Amino acid sequence: MVSMSFGRSGPGPSRSAADREDRYLGWLFILPALLVIVTFIVGPIIYAAWVSFFDWDTIGQFGEDANRPFIGLDNYRELFNSPQFYQALRNTTWYTIGVVPLQTIFALLLALLANRKIRGLGFFRTAFYFPSISSSVVIAVIFIWIYSGNGLINTVLRNLGIDPPRPVWLSNPNGIFAQLLGKFGIDGVNVWLEGPSIAMASIMAQNIWTSLGGLMVIYLAGLQNIPRDVYEAASLDGASRWQTFRDITVPLLRPITYFVLTIGMIGCFQVFDQIYIMSEGGPAGTTTTLAYLVYTQGFQGFRLGYASAISIVLFFIILVVFLLQRRIDDQGQDQ
Amino acid sequence: MATPSSFDTNRYQRSREDTRDIVVDRIIRFLAYLVLILVTIVTIGPFYFSVVLSLLPQPQTVRLDLWSFIPNSDWQIDAYLDVFRASDLPLWFLNSSIVALIWVAARCLFDTMAGYAFARMNFPGKDLAFLVILSTLMIPGMVTLIPKFIILNEMGLLNTYGALTVPFLADAFGIFLMRQFFMNFPVDLEDAARIDGASRWRMFFHIALPNAGAALTTLVIFSFQGSWNNFLEPLIYISDASLRTLPIGLAFFRRENVVDYPLQMSVAIVSIIPIVIVFFVFQRYFLESNASSGIKG
Repeated sequence: MVSMSFGRSGPGPSRSAADREDRYLGWLFILPALLVIVTFIVGPIIYAAWVSFFDWDTIGQFGEDANRPFIGLDNYRELFNSPQFYQALRNTTWYTIGVVPLQTIFALLLALLANRKIRGLGFFRTAFYFPSISSSVVIAVIFIWIYSGNGLINTVLRNLGIDPPRPVWLSNPNGIFAQLLGKFGIDGVNVWLEGPSIAMASIMAQNIWTSLGGLMVIYLAGLQNIPRDVYEAASLDGASRWQTFRDITVPLLRPITYFVLTIGMIGCFQVFDQIYIMSEGGPAGTTTTLAYLVYTQGFQGFRLGYASAISIVLFFIILVVFLLQRRIDDQGQDQ
Repeated sequence: MATPSSFDTNRYQRSREDTRDIVVDRIIRFLAYLVLILVTIVTIGPFYFSVVLSLLPQPQTVRLDLWSFIPNSDWQIDAYLDVFRASDLPLWFLNSSIVALIWVAARCLFDTMAGYAFARMNFPGKDLAFLVILSTLMIPGMVTLIPKFIILNEMGLLNTYGALTVPFLADAFGIFLMRQFFMNFPVDLEDAARIDGASRWRMFFHIALPNAGAALTTLVIFSFQGSWNNFLEPLIYISDASLRTLPIGLAFFRRENVVDYPLQMSVAIVSIIPIVIVFFVFQRYFLESNASSGIKG
């Protein structure tokens, strides 16, 4: 949080001279960092909104604008009429709804299990954290093999006498809920209810696998910060394990849960690396996320204006969900 | 033994409950170990398989036999020898190292200077500037991708090391981290120097910076990891093959050698060796800084 701390201005002429010096030196000290951040993060946000009002299909100099007419809201109009956009929105939503709660719950459960005097806890922590350190590309390359036709999962399934689903995992466009409902004879559900495709679900599973360890370490630190005597008091009052968990552990972990949900949500809404490497948005567009759409429209189709419009919509979606989450968190705290 | 009074019965029941609690505790502890071991297998398994895959003769990886994952005499290191012939791995390695070095050095200087100023100095507009910087933590990188592309192009930095480094010379998280550190750093040392007539610069470079070791280690690790694994920006801002970093090199290499798993995996494994070494050496910092980022957030 931002604290409104002001420098201590002590007595004496030398101090006040130094304080006067700080008034411009302070800016000098933050100048390099501020320049980088304003040029490459703050400025671009505003610039993205600007570009989204143009038919910006060329990469030229700033000045030459003959080829990029101002078209007002046309990019947004096109976007909201494009089935491709809604598919990407659906895919991104499923991805986030699937990954964020699962990885949070698993991480919390693992942390609860590990939060006791356990031999080799250091080893387990290291092992769980390990996937978080390697690059998304390395992990994607390993999982492409795991999910491949003769990869790990299919080989294990065949050895167990189970027929693997066809088409193979990362090429399977069938929605998981549609598949499930189909087994009960229910066909042709609404596209929104078909669920993520098997390809998308495979990528989601990979993402949960990667982030689990890091999140567990965060929860574990939070659990160890809860003072012992709080639990002792509860146990003297005859609270059951479940009551202790519900009424003490969960509320005290609230700030951490909030943090874990927020970074999870922001990360999931802009998932790109895994999609690019593992499925390239396919099969049948079922793994094309909004972030991937920004990439294909902007850098394969060179429609920078249109792609900027998508990224601005993405920005607002993230902002709205973020604010909603904060509101829910605030309300919870009031209770 | 005395005749059981009501008090004693109570006590008897209490101790029975205690025994039950101990049994429940034992069961939970056993389950805990079981789950932890299972999860360890699930997390480390893929890495084990990828290492073995890099050691198998290529034909064995096409028609997989699970027995080949148990150490046997068919394992070979041919793929690792092939890597240097078949790929530009040394070049990617060099590029990744140069980029990482610039990220780390620049952030250690700029983030620390800014963090120091925010913690120690009083200047007009300070709180606003800090708020602006902090708020960028929440800005999704995907949203700035296109304008950054246009800006980098305008600066003539596309397809240069500049595109891979200049936008990353400072970052909000690092500034926040260093500010937190200096807010808890004793002022006395600096005050003594100030009385001796030391300037701010001197106080910063001779007192604050040399004593910021612990926080700087965290900053170095985060920056190194961030740059070593960065994928999105190099993918878009670099098209020249001679400027590819490890993640980009690996991604393209995989596409060109789709069925040669031993070769793919050996490149992948070599590419993560530096980060794995850093991880094991500074493990404590990794786990601690990850955890503290959660608490402070």
